[in-house]
Amino acid sequence: MRRLADTVWPCDDFAAALRDPSRGQPANVTAAGGKATAKRFNVYRNNVAYSLGEALAANFPAVRALCGAERFAEAARLHIAEEPPTSPILFEYGHGFAGFLDRFPPARQQMPWLADVARLERAWLDAYHAADREPLSGEEIAAVPPEQLENLRLDPHPAFALVRSPFAVLDLFHAGRSGRPQTADPHGAHDLLVTRPALDVLVTKLRSGQFALLKSLASGGSLGEAAAAAFDEAEDFDLAAAMTVLLSSGAFSAIRLALPTD
Amino acid sequence: MTSDLKSRPHDGALFPEHPVAGLAGASFKPQHLAAILDDPSPGVFFEVHAENYMGAGGPPHAALTRIRRDHALSLHGVCMSIGGQNPIDRDHLDRFAFLVARYQPALVSEHLAWSTHGDIYYNDLLPLPYTAATLARVCEHIDQVQEAISRPIMLENPSTYVLFEESEYAETDFIAEIVRRTGCALLLDVNNVFVSATNHGFSATDYLGAYPLEHVREIHLAGHDRQEDDEGSPLLIDSHDRPVADPVWALYDMVIRQCGPIPTLVEWDADIPDWPVLKAEAAAAQAILDHHAHNFMIGKRHAAIS
Repeated sequence: MRRLADTVWPCDDFAAALRDPSRGQPANVTAAGGKATAKRFNVYRNNVAYSLGEALAANFPAVRALCGAERFAEAARLHIAEEPPTSPILFEYGHGFAGFLDRFPPARQQMPWLADVARLERAWLDAYHAADREPLSGEEIAAVPPEQLENLRLDPHPAFALVRSPFAVLDLFHAGRSGRPQTADPHGAHDLLVTRPALDVLVTKLRSGQFALLKSLASGGSLGEAAAAAFDEAEDFDLAAAMTVLLSSGAFSAIRLALPTD
Repeated sequence: MTSDLKSRPHDGALFPEHPVAGLAGASFKPQHLAAILDDPSPGVFFEVHAENYMGAGGPPHAALTRIRRDHALSLHGVCMSIGGQNPIDRDHLDRFAFLVARYQPALVSEHLAWSTHGDIYYNDLLPLPYTAATLARVCEHIDQVQEAISRPIMLENPSTYVLFEESEYAETDFIAEIVRRTGCALLLDVNNVFVSATNHGFSATDYLGAYPLEHVREIHLAGHDRQEDDEGSPLLIDSHDRPVADPVWALYDMVIRQCGPIPTLVEWDADIPDWPVLKAEAAAAQAILDHHAHNFMIGKRHAAIS
């Protein structure tokens, strides 16, 4: 066997060749009996491409169902080339996929709502793996003296996420995930709250003003500030109904600060 | 996420110790949870890929907690990139150590392979040349992992499709030297031996003859696919998507006859069948273990008498 002077590791060449089929096989790769290495090296190339495509498909099943396996594979291939995973935890992969679909011409032109479905699926998966925590209970809120309610601040539950779309993304999400993509109708705007109060992920359709309320609370606003933001957004905002949604969905996990601020 | 993992209080209670000696097991797949709970299979151990349980919470941990209560667990890392040029990813090692501490697995293993290079994770078990330099690096990485989890790991032999010009060790010598330097144990993947032997035209029994079998603490069995290389010769792919092949069962039988009943895990990771199919594969391994356990005991007794 020929000694390559000072060859420490072939990962650079090997890795570059995995990503770029036009490069052929790395120079130091061989096969017993002087056999050719093209098909052999391609096993690795195919494993990498196929398994990363499958990982993205596993994270975005509705997107895949809605656009079809073939078109999804093409989008996945381009996205993986542009933004390959940097972590071995593949359920974390694809945080940039919705942004990619925003820019990807076929999706933007033919399915302008697809990127928002990806946003919802990403939020769903983050909620699925989020830390387990007891949601805030009605009793805890009820124990706050009424005069302090305005100053109430809440910690978002680890699974909490909001998704806003000018399309009916929750209907699209359900159509994609239930295997009936042809029933999908994108018409209608959706404000959505993603939570996981126990083991099941919940996606709740929000009514007017509720998105503004939850967004303000989640970013540290007091209940007073959040309610003002909600009334700004929707004159018909119903605070009592919003509090019911907030509690039943498990959007928040704890009262952070209920002290008067004067 | 790591800090979340660490700060998260968990049940506190220790899991019961379930012995793994002489047992066969199967990959645990979440879609089998209900079937496994409906049809309790005492004496089966389960193996999970560590990375699938590196989220902070949710259904994966609930399922694994449930399984771990009734069964011995094998924690199998698939992407530590021990054979890689990069230093071990500290965050990844912390997450791995956290899982070891939380689930108290009977068996802990990783691969002689790399999967991350630069900033990119390739999601495949990639091969390395066997040189003095790579040997030193692999041993350094194993030392680091074993220190982080305060116990030895078992290192799994790879299945490969290519060789490297600069390799200066036979794979078996390379592995034996890793064991000598790091004190790690071995996970012998019999299917990988068969796949590599076919792909590189060597004898699987010769390989096993040179392999440090005395350090094997777990065995893997799995199915493989058959393709062709550029010359039209068989090129076997370690696909984990079908039953274990007959020649692999035969090699396995030979290993168990020689070594005694080593815990054996049937892997199935793609085109996953219903639980009874996987359970039957594990039962087939258990039958071989039981058969030789009996002979092995008799052999030992004879040796003691004579």
